[in-house]
Amino acid sequence: MSGFETYLLSRAEKGDAHTLDGYKALGGYATLERALKDMSPEEVTAVVKDSGLRGRGGAGFPTGLKWTFMPDPEKDKRRRYLAINADESEPGTCKDRVIMDDDPHGMLEGILLACYAMRCEAAYIYVRGEYRHQYERTEQAVKDAYAAGIIGKDIFGSGFDCEVYMHKGAGAYICGEETGLMESLEGKRGHPRPKPPFPAGFGLWGQPTTVNNVETLFNVPFIVEKGAEWYRSMGTEKSPGNILIGISGSVNKPGVYEAPLGISARTLLESEDFAGGMWKGRKLKAWFTGGSSCGMVPASTIDTPMDHDSMMEIGSMLGTAAMIIIDDSQCVVRASEVVARFYDHESCGQCSQCREGTQWLHQIFRRIENGQGRLEDIDMLTAIASGMAPGKTICALSDAAAIPTNQVVKHFRDELEEHVRAKGCAINGTGACAHGHTADNQELEAQA
Amino acid sequence: MALPKNLTDEFTELVTHYPERQAGLIPALHRCQEELGGWITPEIMEDLAAFFEIEPSEVFAVVSFYPMFRLTPPGRNVVKVCHNISCELRGAREVIERAKELTGADVHGTSPDGKFTLEVVECQGCCATAPMIDLNDKFHEDLTLDELERLIGACK
Repeated sequence: MSGFETYLLSRAEKGDAHTLDGYKALGGYATLERALKDMSPEEVTAVVKDSGLRGRGGAGFPTGLKWTFMPDPEKDKRRRYLAINADESEPGTCKDRVIMDDDPHGMLEGILLACYAMRCEAAYIYVRGEYRHQYERTEQAVKDAYAAGIIGKDIFGSGFDCEVYMHKGAGAYICGEETGLMESLEGKRGHPRPKPPFPAGFGLWGQPTTVNNVETLFNVPFIVEKGAEWYRSMGTEKSPGNILIGISGSVNKPGVYEAPLGISARTLLESEDFAGGMWKGRKLKAWFTGGSSCGMVPASTIDTPMDHDSMMEIGSMLGTAAMIIIDDSQCVVRASEVVARFYDHESCGQCSQCREGTQWLHQIFRRIENGQGRLEDIDMLTAIASGMAPGKTICALSDAAAIPTNQVVKHFRDELEEHVRAKGCAINGTGACAHGHTADNQELEAQA
Repeated sequence: MALPKNLTDEFTELVTHYPERQAGLIPALHRCQEELGGWITPEIMEDLAAFFEIEPSEVFAVVSFYPMFRLTPPGRNVVKVCHNISCELRGAREVIERAKELTGADVHGTSPDGKFTLEVVECQGCCATAPMIDLNDKFHEDLTLDELERLIGACK
C-alpha cells in the first residue's frame, strides 16, 4: 500500500483470521491476556484515552472519554453493560461487516478489553438482522472463545468474569442510534430515549451502559498492545489512527479500504491502491463525505482531507467515512429524493418535526424530480429542514434528513431550479433538465 | 396453535441471556418467522405474548415496527432489491424492473402463482458491492442482470 502502516485489515487479508486458531496464530488474545495480568482497568482506559481514538460509528466522540462517564464502581454497585453497535445501516456504510466477516475475534478481544476497563459483566453484540453471514461468523467466534475459556468466568485466570451475547435486530435504521438500540435490545420498538439521562447512568434496563461501534472496539487491542504514542503516529493530531473507508457509487473499484485519517479524498478516489478513479471515465459531480446523512458536497471539495475537523471546515462531516461518488451523468435531485425517502421510511415517528418533516422532504424532492416542482419548493425545503434541526428532536435522525437537504440546496440550487423550469429530469426521463450546469461545475470547467 | 417444543426450549435458554424476559422477543420473532411459515400470524403473537409475559398488543407493536417481520404470508421465494443510494447509482432501478418481469410480481406484491414475493428495501450494507438482491435470506452482490435471471430461474 502507499507508504503508510496498516493494521485494521492486516489479518483479514490472511484468510483464516476469522477462526480462533487462525487468530491465535497471528498473536490474537495475547494482548487481552497481558492486560488482564499486568494492567489495571484504569490503565486500559488511560491508554485508550491517551490514544485519542474517536468513535467510528459516525459521531466521532472520544472513546476513552466516553468510557470514563461510567460511574465509579466503588460507589455504584449496579450491574454494568457494554452494547456493541453492529447495526450498520447508514447508506454507503459497509465496513463493520468486513470486521465481522473476516476478523470477528479482533472485535471480541476489543469487547473484552472494554468490559475489563469499564468493569462490565456482560456485553451484547447487536447485529442488524440482514447481516446473517456476519452474525453467524461472529456467533461462531463467540462460541469458540467460550469453549477456550476466553469468554466466561475467570478469564485467563485473572478473576475477571464477562459474558458476551449475540443479539439480532430486525431491520430498523433507528436502532443504530444508541438509545434506540437499547430499547430494541430490551425487546421494544426502537424509540430513542430523551437524553439526559445518558446511557452511562441509565442504560440497558436502567443500568450503567456504554454503547460502542464495532470498528471502534476493533481498534482497542491494537492501542493496548502498541500504545498511545504509536496510535498517534498515524492520522492527524485531532483524529489519530487509521480508519476503514467505504467507497461506493460511480468509481472503478468500489470497496472498503484502510487509510490514515487525514488522507486526501482525491487520493482515495483516484489512486489505484483505492477506488481507482471514476467509473467509465466519467467526471465527478458530487460526493457524500461520510454516509447519506452528511449530505452531498461538490466536486471542488475533493482535495479535502478525510478527518473530522477538515470535513467540518467544508460544512460537512466525516460521519462513517463512507464516500458515495456521483458522476456528471447522474442526478443530484434524484439522489436527494432517494435519501429523503430513506429517512421518511426510517423515522420512528415519536417527534412530529421528524415524522412530518421527513415525509414532506421526500414528497417535495420527488415532485421536483418528476417535473411537478415549483420554484418556491426550493425555499420550502430549507424552511422545513430548519424546523427539523439542529437539536429539535429526541435523536439525530431528523438532523440526518435535514442536513443533506440543506447541502443540496446550498450547493446545487441551480440544478433544482433547472428541474423546476424544465419540468423534470432529462437523465431520468421525466423532463428536460440538462444537468451539470451548476455554478460550481461551471467554475471547474472554466478552470480546466 | 401452540409454539412447537423445540422453539420454546430455545426461548427458555434465550431468556437466560437477559435480566428481563422481554429482551428475547425480537430474536424469538425471527426464529418463529424462519420456522413457522415465513410470517408472524396472530396466533404466534398470542403465544409469544404468553411466553414473554406481556400483552399481545405489545408484541404487535414490535412486529409492526420492524421491517423484517411480516404480517402477511409471503410467496415461496422472497426477492428483496435494495434501492438506496449506492445501489441506485449502480443500476438498482434496472434490477427492479427486470425482477418484476422475471418474477411476475409487482413491487411489494406476490406473483399470481404464489411463487415470488418482490420487495424493495433500504440499505443492506452492500454499498461497495452494489447492486444487490437478497434472495431467500441470502445476499447476492455485484449483481448483473444475467445473474439475476439465472437466480430467479433456479427458484422452485
